[in-house]
Formats: sequence, C-alpha cells, structure tokens
Amino acid sequence: MLKIWSMKQQQQAASNAEGGQKKKKVTAAQLRAQKDITELSLPSTMRTHFPDPDDILNFTLTIEPDEGMYKGGSFKFTFAINSNFPHEPPKVKCTHKIYHPNIDLEGNVCLNILREDWKPVLNLNAVIVGLQFLFLEPNPSDPLNKEAAEDLRLTRDNFKRNVKNSMQGGFVKSTQFDRVLK
Amino acid sequence: MLQSGAGGLGCEILKNLALSGFKDIHVIDMDTIDVSNLNRQFLFRQADVGKPKATVAAEFVMKRVKGVKITPYYGAIQDKGPDYYMQFQLVICGLDSVEARRWINATLVEMVDPQNPESLKPLIDGGTEGFKGQSRVILPTLGSCYECSLDMLTPRTAVPMCTLASIPRQPAHCIEWASILEWPRVMGDKKLDNDDPEHIQWLYEKALERAREFNISGVTYSMTQGVVKNIIPAIASTNAIIAASCCNEALKIVTSSNPYLNNYMMYIGDEGVYTHTFAHEQKDGCPVCGNMATDFHAKADWTLDEFIERLKEKPDVQIKKPTLTTERRKLYYAGPPQLNELTKPNLDKRLKDLLDSGEEVAITDPGLPFSLRLNVIFS
Repeated sequence: MLKIWSMKQQQQAASNAEGGQKKKKVTAAQLRAQKDITELSLPSTMRTHFPDPDDILNFTLTIEPDEGMYKGGSFKFTFAINSNFPHEPPKVKCTHKIYHPNIDLEGNVCLNILREDWKPVLNLNAVIVGLQFLFLEPNPSDPLNKEAAEDLRLTRDNFKRNVKNSMQGGFVKSTQFDRVLK
Repeated sequence: MLQSGAGGLGCEILKNLALSGFKDIHVIDMDTIDVSNLNRQFLFRQADVGKPKATVAAEFVMKRVKGVKITPYYGAIQDKGPDYYMQFQLVICGLDSVEARRWINATLVEMVDPQNPESLKPLIDGGTEGFKGQSRVILPTLGSCYECSLDMLTPRTAVPMCTLASIPRQPAHCIEWASILEWPRVMGDKKLDNDDPEHIQWLYEKALERAREFNISGVTYSMTQGVVKNIIPAIASTNAIIAASCCNEALKIVTSSNPYLNNYMMYIGDEGVYTHTFAHEQKDGCPVCGNMATDFHAKADWTLDEFIERLKEKPDVQIKKPTLTTERRKLYYAGPPQLNELTKPNLDKRLKDLLDSGEEVAITDPGLPFSLRLNVIFS
C-alpha cells in the first residue's frame, strides 16, 4: 500500500496541527442554511416561523404586503431545503389558494431564481426578496395562472377587483379562493 | 476494498478488480436490475431482471473468477456509517449521482483521524456521460476532494415553470409538466415513484394528451422515463475506458508499483479521443475539506457569552454577530427572532454544561465568507 500516511504526517508536521477527538460534524448544507437564515434581513412585512425549531431546513415565511394590489393580505409559504443546498434551490410553495398570475392554484411559484436561474451564490434572502416582489409587481408575461395573467394584461382594474375579491375568500369566475386577509 | 455502484461502470470495475487479483471486495448498490440495463451491464441476464444488482454481480464474478470473495450489500451507501467504511483499504466508486458522490466524499474526509493512519482511505471516483468521462484519485484531506470541484459541474438546465405551465414547445416540456405540475395536482400528497411503471405510464398518458393539445410530436414511454429519471445515455465503451483507468489507479495505489493519477483525468470521446490530466487544487474554504476544525482552548467554567466575547477578541477570527451550533444542538442563534429567543438562555450557561471537551463548534457570522469550525478543548 502506498505510503499515504507518511504524507499525512508530513502535512501535519508542517502545519503543526494538534489532533483532537473525532466528532460528528454539522453538514455543509446545514451550515450554509444556518448562515443564510441567521443573516436574513426581513422588513416588518415578513417573518419566518420554524414549526420544529430543531429543524432549520423546513420553515414557513409569511408575507404581509403593505402596498400594491395585495396589501392587507397575509400569505404563507413553506420552504424545504434539501441536503444538496445550495447546489439545489430551496423548494417553495404557497400554502393558500390565491389569485396571482405567477402562482398556480396548487401553490407552485414561478420565480426564475427558484428554478432555471438558481445559482449557489444566491441565498435565501434573494429568494425572499423575489417572493415579495411578486406581490408588488405581479408579472403577466410569465404566467403560471394563465387566466389571472390574461386578466391583468387586459384590464388592470378588473384584475385588481378580482384580487381583492379573492383575498376575501370570494370567487373569481368559478373558482373559490382562500381568505387571506390578516 | 469497497466498490460502490454496480451499474454500468460498476460491472466493468468489478470484473477488472477481480481479474486484477483483488481478493476481498465488498460491493454496494441500492438498485435492482432493469431490462434496459442489459445492453451494457454484462453481469446481468434477462432472468435477473428485478433482482438486486449488487447480489447478482457478486455471484456472477465469483463464479467466473476463482478465489475472489465478493460481499454484496443491497442498499444505499448512506445506510452505512464510518464504522463500516473504516474496514476498507480503499474505496472505488462508479456512482450515478452527484448527491451520492458528495456523501461518500464527505464521509471519507470526516473519517480522517490524525491519530489513526488507517482512517485515511483513498477514494477513486469514476463517472461517465455519453462519450465523456472522468476518473480521479482523492486522498481525503491531503488534496482536492469532490466538493472542491463542485463548481465545475454544469448545472442541469431547467425550463422555466411558466413555459411548462402555458407554452410548452418540446415533448420534454409536456413530460415535465406532467410530473412537476399535474401529478401533485391530481395525486395530492402521493409521492411519485420514478421506478414504478404504473406511475410512468400515467405520466406518459398525461404528457401525450398535452402534447396533442399543443401540436407537439415525439412523446414516447421511454422518453418519459428518460426525462423523469434524468437518464443520460450510457455508452458501454466509455464505461469500459473509465473503469479501466479507475482500476489501474486502485492497483497502483495498493501495490505502490507506479505513481498514481494526480489527480483528475478527463476523457473526451465525442470528437476523436482526447484526454487531459491535471492536478485539481484543494479549494480554500471548501465546506468539506478546506475547512477543518482548529483547536481552541477554553475554560469549562466560561459562560457561552464569555466564550463568544473571547472569540471576538481574536484578531484572526473577526466576528461580530455569530451563530454557534454543534452537531447535536443549537448553542446560540443571532436570528431570526424565534430561534434567538429559544437559544438566548444558553448564553448564561457554562460551557461544560453545553459541550464536551474536544467537541466541534461550527460558527457562522456575517463577517465570515465561510463557516468556522473549532474544536473547543477545556483547559
């Protein structure tokens, strides 16, 4: 067998490292999530909640926009981070059925950095800012809910009315939405 | 020695190892044999379809090569802990996922104990993708590890969700729509099993319907399977070339007969034959190997708050608002409010009530680009 160990010993002699006990380590994904989560800078319109405080990889984010068409609503998203983070983006879903061009009725979110434009240098803060932006500027050119997008594109005022109605738990066309007023 | 993966590369590797004279091989694989494997995974026959790859491969090679002992394990590499991996001299991998490679790499790096020469296990990793492949030799903590080179991976090209939802252009878009949007919508919490033919059939039918609606042709059952499982076409000869390289490195390392690969060989066979060998360097701040814990001496009677103040005084640390954890518990979270409230009481506790001497503390801080690991030793 190759004398690998003598190489290790040389390396140690060079760095004069002291050997400690071997202990279990925090995983890379966990550490990166820890860094991202503790360094979030959330405005008063957003807050996180950890249903199981021992599990920082699964949490919820509540957004309560204080301006725009979705003002007055309280929108909850689940975040699920897997062991491949940050090489894979977090999985984000809206827990309410809401009327929004970029969020479908199942809660899937169309946000470029959650999918095709995700990069490991991006962090959770970037995702959260992106989500907040969706409520300030719903984007009809990237629709996930096609009807809502069409609505917004054709008559902004009508769309606004529908948003308001849907947030109160009302119907838009034949679909009933969740009441999300805070 | 241990071989992980008994698929396309694995069949070649196992055959090579046995014929090279390795006598005691363990092989681990979590898959069962699929009929589509038979064209290149030559240790398997029609009658073996559905059986565990590790078991069938082991039996086949033992029957063919006298005097070799192969111990199969049908399961995931993650089922096993350091105690299991410690028994081997060398680990050779023909895995098919980044996740599995990262796991085995991190495990072997973590196992290196400066007090114990036996704990350093060379890792030989092979990989192929169509006409291209690579083999590399990783000496955990001595040189670049798998994690160091993760940035070199081409990210999987993802199609924007809204394309899938409203304007599919390709057959693959219809299949992705069926698996990502339609399955959860219709099936709710029922998990999609990529290996269940009924599930694939369901996706195939949905995708076909959608393709018709948008006038797209080309959706087939095998394409559905390919898209959903992210199957990359495998070529038998590429596997043979990469497996040969991996096994030669194993032989060289174990016998010291020749210098070994330093440390990365890429093989490009899509236009002619081209190989390039280079020494991939260890990455500063690599989350797995570039970031080994350093020792920090502390008094067992210090409170956690005192400990943090001492850390802040260290000029080479430069932290301001740190968060500290160990593998088993959160020590202190600087944010968000919920976790800060929860961990604040720890600040007044003494180190001896929170830690064992020598236990590793991981620290993140807005001022640190990476994380800092310290072995806190009580003096």
